[in-house]
Amino acid sequence: MEKIISFTLKYWKQNGPKDKGHFEQREMKDITGDTSFLEMLDILNEQLIEEGKEPFVFDHDCREGICGMCSLYINGTPHGKTEQGATTCQLYMRRFNDGDVITVEPWRSAAFPVIKDCMVDRTAFDKIIQAGGYTSIRTGQAQDANAILIPKTDADEAMDCATCIGCGACVAACKNGSAMLFVSSKVSQLALLPQGRVEAAKRAKAMVAKMDELGFGNCTNTRACEAVCPKNETIANVARLNREFISAKLAD
Amino acid sequence: MATINSRIPEGPIAEKWTNYKAHQRLVNPKNKLKLDVIVVGTGLAGASAAASLGEMGFNVLNFCIQDSPRRAHSIAAQGGINAAKNYQNDGDSVYRLFYDTVKGGDYRAREANVYRLAEVSNNIIDQCVAQGVPFAREYGGMLANRSFGGAQVSRTFYAKGQTGQQLLLGAYSSLSKQVHDGKVKLYTRYEMEDVVIVDGRARGIIAKNLVTGKLERFSANAVVIATGGYGNTYFLSTNAMGCNCTAAIQCYRKGAYFANPSYVQIHPTCIPVHGDKQSKLTLMSESLRNDGRIWVPKKLEDAQKLQSGQIKGSDIPEEDRDYYLERRYPAFGNLVPRDVASRAAKERCDKGYGVNNTGLAVFLDFSESIERLGIDEIRQRYGNLFDMYEEITDVNPGELAKEINGVKYYNPMMIFPAIHYTMGGIWVDYELQTSIPGLFAIGECNFSDHGANRLGASALMQGLADGYFVLPYTIQNYLADQAIWPHISTDTIEFAETEKAVDAEIDRLMNIKGKRSVDSIHKELGHIMWEHVGMGRTKEGLEKGLELLKNIRKEFNTNLFIPGTKEGLNVELDKAIHLRDFILMGELIANDALHREESCGGHFREEHQTEDGEAKRDDENFFYVGCWEYQQNDDTKPTLIKEPLEYEIIKVQTRNYKN
Repeated sequence: MEKIISFTLKYWKQNGPKDKGHFEQREMKDITGDTSFLEMLDILNEQLIEEGKEPFVFDHDCREGICGMCSLYINGTPHGKTEQGATTCQLYMRRFNDGDVITVEPWRSAAFPVIKDCMVDRTAFDKIIQAGGYTSIRTGQAQDANAILIPKTDADEAMDCATCIGCGACVAACKNGSAMLFVSSKVSQLALLPQGRVEAAKRAKAMVAKMDELGFGNCTNTRACEAVCPKNETIANVARLNREFISAKLAD
Repeated sequence: MATINSRIPEGPIAEKWTNYKAHQRLVNPKNKLKLDVIVVGTGLAGASAAASLGEMGFNVLNFCIQDSPRRAHSIAAQGGINAAKNYQNDGDSVYRLFYDTVKGGDYRAREANVYRLAEVSNNIIDQCVAQGVPFAREYGGMLANRSFGGAQVSRTFYAKGQTGQQLLLGAYSSLSKQVHDGKVKLYTRYEMEDVVIVDGRARGIIAKNLVTGKLERFSANAVVIATGGYGNTYFLSTNAMGCNCTAAIQCYRKGAYFANPSYVQIHPTCIPVHGDKQSKLTLMSESLRNDGRIWVPKKLEDAQKLQSGQIKGSDIPEEDRDYYLERRYPAFGNLVPRDVASRAAKERCDKGYGVNNTGLAVFLDFSESIERLGIDEIRQRYGNLFDMYEEITDVNPGELAKEINGVKYYNPMMIFPAIHYTMGGIWVDYELQTSIPGLFAIGECNFSDHGANRLGASALMQGLADGYFVLPYTIQNYLADQAIWPHISTDTIEFAETEKAVDAEIDRLMNIKGKRSVDSIHKELGHIMWEHVGMGRTKEGLEKGLELLKNIRKEFNTNLFIPGTKEGLNVELDKAIHLRDFILMGELIANDALHREESCGGHFREEHQTEDGEAKRDDENFFYVGCWEYQQNDDTKPTLIKEPLEYEIIKVQTRNYKN
């Protein structure tokens, strides 16, 4: 039989980056288990609008776990789950129980200022990619795609690093507010492929420098990031980034 | 009446594009520095165009509604991207990809455009690999391929079930380099509200800063729209929540023709609708049809037991299963094109063979392939899709459910067709220019290459073809004499008036102060569209639909409620603007569907079918692109202009996927 639950929802309201912010609370009644977490928030918003109030603001878009837009801190965990592998939009209400208190907050990190309620500004991530997260290939100048053979294991490993969706859960979970998992995933993907190898050293230095400049913290290997990553990125990437970074610095 | 010039170059089809490039006008490097180009949208088409134009030397202003260009909905494409590489040595060629695409589109696409698409498809793969896109590879280190609907060769390149993500991140990385180099300026959380026309040419846009709520003016020598499709007109679709047609519709209101709006693709393999609180439908990639078999029970009583929950799919033995696609289409089997597969599912469900509590679902079964290849191999291919399915439905499709007479049965997936992609869009000529000079449309938001039905793995191909390899050339032909107007001022009457009109429209919406939320009206619109303008259309139903759409507009204009003010961030206001345009879009789709008295591709008129239920085209009367021209206001019916199709190479015939 389909699960139906009622619970207390505490959600964060904050009118801009300078506002102090506060929790509001509402009893949510008779929510079915096959409702997604964001659909539950849609229901909340319909109720608020019905009452003439402004809706609760949060980022979301594809609702299938790939765009990286959704970003809620649920019951003290980014994306709300203790086990790995899903974004907020892929969280379903069947995981909660009747009578629960569910708390929803924004990503909290100096580098991600709140825009409104639980919507935060993550343009810092774009700036890190702009610093070097690419190969400098000109449009139309590439050689035949099969001209360089790449071992399947390397390609697969690069793919695993490339699945990062840039949601920022790693930063939100980190006590230092470090973006190392995000940065290292991109550095690793490109360093593992011959096409990205050419600029690997320059890239590692430039991206790390930009990360520091933007106010992200340092990595102290607490592994909080990998525990919450919805795409299962691992800190093996961080080790690879450190190798790239150190050998680049030694070569200077 | 207006006439239409598709500007297709002279010469044999295989030489048209080469000839065009050899003779088009170019812009010299110094002049490029004087020219600004606005690109609206950062999906595959928008990001690749912005990156390429910036790299060539133009000053690019690139806009997106999300917080980052990497969020664009291209990211959600799962299955793959086609190219005519023939790496599998299975007889593929540029001609064959061209032919399959025209045939798949039910002979309603332009030959010359599609040929060019097939020609540049190979460059795309090269480009993406050079960017570091980690496509799937074979053990020998070469790129791997799989097959998709509507083709008998394996020409689809893929990166697990996340090909769109990897291609978009590739384009995003190139775009990021151009931002770093100062050639592209990014405007995130901005929405285009209108196009500014000066002396008959597109000269800029009015965009809303979604955070501050302020309207801002941006000028350029050309404007490129890359804002995706209009699937969300139906409320429930596989599109992202933010996907909307406001930019395209605003261009249409300003005089750009809208072509073939009735060609809407309904994807056969989506997770079925479950309740009225649902916000979107989730696609299960077409690639699953490589190894999954689609079926319903042979016996009506089994279907009834499934519907009432007395039995499960795995309780029904092999001999009582009707693999209806394999039965009806032996040559292509489960890999028939999307429109054919969707209609076949609807046909079975209409006859009462649906397999869930709503009767609107069919099974997609992996038992045979899991037994043949092992669960590890199947998970290697589709693991993330299986996980996604389980998360949403609580059923694991890789789990052994039952053994009957030594045959192992695994939990099947349940699927049903859903709105997925729109082949129609802003009309463009061969140069991807709309009927407004200086206004270009690329990617899903134009109508160009897919005819009445798009084949799987061709959307990514078209988006990147337009953005990397077509527009950066053709736009120069327009820009060649524009350097005499460097950096156009926004301090002119045209910009002021357009901005004022947008602002007045926002005030109008804020001041309706009725009782209903945007979503409640949008859901009602969606029901009308699915019911009357959906998979099976009739004259009667479409007329009824148009009447109901009139009521919806009236309800919207008199009973809408938007909380808050127009200052600052107001999500409901932005949604209301989208809904205003979805309603007009709905009428466009219905009008086009009503006028097109034939069935072709995604457009199926029940009056026009063969005895065995296949689409029946009318090439004598409808062998043209239907272009709609806006008249005075939203309430006035638009005027139809026809662009006749001329085929030089392909013999138009009935599509046959049976033998």
